[in-house]
Amino acid sequence: MLKQIEGSQAVAQAVALCRPEVICAYPISPQTHIVEGLGEMVKSGALARCEFINVESEFAAMSVAIGAAAAGARAYTATASQGLLYMAEAVFNASGLGLPIVMTVANRAIGAPINIWNDHTDAMSQRDCGWIQLFAENNQEALDLHIQAFRLGEELSLPVMVCMDGFILTHAYERVDLPTQEQVDAWLPPFEPRQVLDPAEPVSIGAMVGPEAFMEVRYLAHAKQMRALELIPGWADEFRRAFGRDSGGLLHSYRTEDADTIVVALGSVLGTIKDTIDEMRRDGVKIGVLGITCFRPWPLAAVRAALAHATRVVVIEKSLAVGLGGIVTSNVRTSYGGSADAVHAVIAGLGGRSITRASLARVFAAALAGTLEPLSFLDLDGALVERALAREREQRRSGPIAEGMLRDLGVVAARI
Amino acid sequence: MRKPFAITLDPGSSLANHTGTWRTSRPVYVDRLPPCNHACPAGENIQGWLYHAESGDYEAAWRLLTQDNPLPAVMGRVCYHPCETSCNRAHLDAAVGINSVERFLGDEAIRHGWRLTAPAPASGKRVLVVGAGPSGLSAAYHLARLGHAVSIHEAGPVAGGMMRFGIPKYRLPREVLEAEVRRIVGLGVELRLNAKVSDIRETMRAGAFDAAFLAVGAHIAKRAYIPAGSAAKILDALSVLRSMEGADKPLLGRRVVVYGGGNTAIDVARTAKRLGAEEAIIVYRRTREKMPAHDFEVEEALQEGVLIRWLSTIRQAAASSITVEKMVLDADGSPQPTGEFETLAADSVVLALGQDVDLSLIDGVPGLEVKDGVVRVGPDMMTGSAGIFAGGDMVPAERTVTVAVGHGKKAARHIDAWLRGARYAPPPRHEPATFERLNPWYYADAPKTVRPVLDVVRRQSTFDEVVNGLDETNALYEARRCLSCGNCFECDNCYGVCPDNAVIKLGPGKRFQFNYDYCKGCGICVAECPCGAIKMIPEEI
Amino acid sequence: MSFQPVKFYQTGTFTVGNRLLAAEERSVQANMRRTNSINSGHRACQGCGEALGARYAIDAAMEATGKRLIAANATGCLEVFSTPYPETSWQVPWIHSLFGNTAAVATGIAAAMRVKGRSDIRVVAQGGDGGTTDIGFGCLSGMFERNDDVLYLCYDNGAYMNTGVQRSSATPAAARTATTMAVGEPPGNVFGQGKDLPAIAMAHGIPYVATATVAELRDLEAKVRRAMEFRGARYLHIFVPCPLGWGHAAHDTIRIARLAKETGVFPVFEAERGEVVSVSKIRRQLPVEEYLRPQKRFAHLFGKAPRADLIARIQEIADRNIRRYGLVDG
Repeated sequence: MLKQIEGSQAVAQAVALCRPEVICAYPISPQTHIVEGLGEMVKSGALARCEFINVESEFAAMSVAIGAAAAGARAYTATASQGLLYMAEAVFNASGLGLPIVMTVANRAIGAPINIWNDHTDAMSQRDCGWIQLFAENNQEALDLHIQAFRLGEELSLPVMVCMDGFILTHAYERVDLPTQEQVDAWLPPFEPRQVLDPAEPVSIGAMVGPEAFMEVRYLAHAKQMRALELIPGWADEFRRAFGRDSGGLLHSYRTEDADTIVVALGSVLGTIKDTIDEMRRDGVKIGVLGITCFRPWPLAAVRAALAHATRVVVIEKSLAVGLGGIVTSNVRTSYGGSADAVHAVIAGLGGRSITRASLARVFAAALAGTLEPLSFLDLDGALVERALAREREQRRSGPIAEGMLRDLGVVAARI
Repeated sequence: MRKPFAITLDPGSSLANHTGTWRTSRPVYVDRLPPCNHACPAGENIQGWLYHAESGDYEAAWRLLTQDNPLPAVMGRVCYHPCETSCNRAHLDAAVGINSVERFLGDEAIRHGWRLTAPAPASGKRVLVVGAGPSGLSAAYHLARLGHAVSIHEAGPVAGGMMRFGIPKYRLPREVLEAEVRRIVGLGVELRLNAKVSDIRETMRAGAFDAAFLAVGAHIAKRAYIPAGSAAKILDALSVLRSMEGADKPLLGRRVVVYGGGNTAIDVARTAKRLGAEEAIIVYRRTREKMPAHDFEVEEALQEGVLIRWLSTIRQAAASSITVEKMVLDADGSPQPTGEFETLAADSVVLALGQDVDLSLIDGVPGLEVKDGVVRVGPDMMTGSAGIFAGGDMVPAERTVTVAVGHGKKAARHIDAWLRGARYAPPPRHEPATFERLNPWYYADAPKTVRPVLDVVRRQSTFDEVVNGLDETNALYEARRCLSCGNCFECDNCYGVCPDNAVIKLGPGKRFQFNYDYCKGCGICVAECPCGAIKMIPEEI
Repeated sequence: MSFQPVKFYQTGTFTVGNRLLAAEERSVQANMRRTNSINSGHRACQGCGEALGARYAIDAAMEATGKRLIAANATGCLEVFSTPYPETSWQVPWIHSLFGNTAAVATGIAAAMRVKGRSDIRVVAQGGDGGTTDIGFGCLSGMFERNDDVLYLCYDNGAYMNTGVQRSSATPAAARTATTMAVGEPPGNVFGQGKDLPAIAMAHGIPYVATATVAELRDLEAKVRRAMEFRGARYLHIFVPCPLGWGHAAHDTIRIARLAKETGVFPVFEAERGEVVSVSKIRRQLPVEEYLRPQKRFAHLFGKAPRADLIARIQEIADRNIRRYGLVDG
């Protein structure tokens, strides 16, 4: 059924179709509309046989989900940014215990300075937490990935994080095709937990494991993710057959067949990149784009194959490994057969900074011209940065950086 | 369930980890000697029979009791209960009323007609018992149960000895005594009354006895020299009490003075009251603290109106008065005359100054040694003459019914061994269960039950039993006040308090066992055992 | 012959059991078929009060629920000594997630049971005082506020024992721990406001809050049983001495708990919907010295220069408890 709805509502509807049994909600922008939507469905009775629990923190949200999943219930929650960090300990714990929780992360920057807008720093901070991380390009994919996430997580007994760009997707009204309950029921079997807290068959879950077996436990977590790499492409095909759409899978390539320059990115920015590439293609530039849908597990072989004939790779990424550069870029370099120098990291859109076609076109042109630095920052206000650096050089007590820069920009009204 | 590796484990699998290896000392269950048992002159296993009484199994309690003492109904009335004096419960509130429970059991046995356990097969040996007092009856009972043919020769017309002639019936109703004597005779013991033994060797030869137990009571009153006019009426306590058993009651007059400070003096004064005396005055040369009579008897006598003149001696007696001299205690606590005299009205004076035993039956027995009016015996109760044993009032010891009963039992065991050409070796005693060994926290507060007491007015005029027995509820209550010192009473504490589940409960009556595979030796079970029945011993490492 | 089964004066209700009691009057721990929820072979120290308290409480909960019970456990001694791979001591379905989230995990389990129509299966959460009064406090308060159907059991031994006896917000005044050394003024832990978690729990207005000690088994079991009669959030704070951390003899674990109650240091009571409904009276009142002296963590109060002033302040705390809860009659 085609519907013109907000991204958050689309996700809420999709999650509801997956018949979740326990939903834990704690507000944080920009994911709030998702749990609000679900809460209303539970309270009104539209979503039956589901407990909607208003918790007191994200840490509690993930913890309630852990308890629910361990007791055999299909559990869901959503968070973003600071919330994800606040629950980080429980995030690792959920995967360590092998509990197939599904969580939406409405990607948002991490403070300080506090910033509610979109980038990928939150999700990237948890890239090694043992969860499967899927990134949605648009609202339709966000919707579809949730349906796939439950099946994937429950098959592997692993938690799955569906990442969608905060505001850009969560608050965007787009037309989506909402599947029917029958379609989803046919695709997603009821949750059969691998381990469950049951008085009829008592087990102890969460033992203390020492050096004698800890490596093996971690290896098995890795092996499970490797297994996901094998399953995901097949399930994407299956999903296409069942729902008539290309959603999910490991990667999406766009016009890369003959491209010697390939742009790599995750999430909603792929749309802008595709538009930019379309224009450059009209000018005869052999450029294409590789969208990473499954970031964890990292589809090393698939990425390697997709980049096999590229001589130049530009990674547009919405997070910064401070002191290193690009996080996604580092991953891409492990998969790129050619010289690491040919892979460029472009940090873009941090804290919600717009990524415009014009800026992208400039960067791609520089890449083609061979003038793109290994690490660059898209649309960085160099003068502003310079003033801040100068101030810090001159004065030991130079004050908070963010506030200083705002003053430079003239944003602060009351300047003394 | 395909459980995730290492993270998810099967229940209870820690049994594979034998934590007993951590232990440096181990708890062991012990039985300690409770103070009551230790103090009982009759050697009763008091804690043991209270254990059965606690559960309401009175017959089992009585059976265990009568393994040591065949006279519980008597003992429950006349014993001065040193068990209660030593009872650990006195540290908490008041001693357990052991004596009253014993009486309850004795009375229950009479009421229900419980029969004593049948004797062992006949040994073919014959034993003579001289005297049917507590010591003789006790020895006869134990010997009979051991299979020996026993004949009691009693000088008097009825059995009971001092229990009959020295204890007033308001303390020991005669039907109770008779019932318990009957039960002993019922075991096949021959009782010959009015059969005074004047020559022990002759009687043994005539009866072909293999051994003899001499248990003659101290029936001869001691006298003191008191200058007295010819009209003065001076009697001795034993003849007063003895004549109470006959048809003619003694004539004591309106004002009776009793001279002495023992229990017999009290008995006589109280008897005089009941015979109608307006005044019964005990004259005693020392103070109440020094008085040998038991405090509760003094108290009962005072309640009944008996008067006591402390620190006084009788100097002279006349027809209707006596002269007393006041005394003072010197630094050693001995009374010294003061030269101050006083005259008291008195129709009669009863001397209660102690008794002696008639030892004429052993005159000329070689090897038999007499000293201070009593017969010397060895630790096995045998006199210097082989095969002749003695006990009760005849030997140096406290002269109480309970001591006498104990002598009878002890002598019987040694006689039995001697007859078999062996020596009786008493089993080693357990270490004492002192109060420090207990954890009294676990005992609920439960003050002693007071036995119902006859109204004072009636006590002054009748010979009804003064102190009545407990009813079943009270007896059970009293039995359950027992702390079971030093002996497991299956309270489950050790089983409950072990942090390692290392105590195995074996089920009712079977106590507990340590599982040393897991016991870490923390010792909580020892600390929290209410009755001190567990101890820690070092582990051999 | 009539038999009087009701009153057992020899021991009253203080012992674990007795051969003379009727079956329904026996404690769970007296039962030969008790669950032994935490089985032999666990690696708790000798005389561990927490191991004891946990078995008492969980066995009682198993009995009260007909063995339909799931337990969530905070990180800490109890978790570490009971479930080192490859062995677990638990005989109940049990999960350990984190240090600070146990109440929330239990909430999740309870929610799962509710949604699956298995509300007959009851949920307990348990942790030490650190996992409860400190790091787990937020989740605990949330669980209380939502009134989730969970019984939370706090085993209070007054410090972080698992990590080597560091101070928690349940550490008593003047106590020496690895982070409140017996030097300076005052030596040991500060005389602060404390964190009275049972009172905080009561302030949430939850159906049932109670305190208990390992010294009063029957009281503890009765409280677990009572707690299971309620639906909603319940809190039971159990005082469990730690021989290692407190520096007392291993065999004195129960005695120390008894002394804590008898001195008024630890008030034992129960409350329903925020109101105290019963208190366990002090049976033989004792001065706090009796409780303090056997513990090395208070040794600096009794050394060459005894600190009568600090003991007096601790006595004041005990006296306040006695007044507040009416622990002594008259």
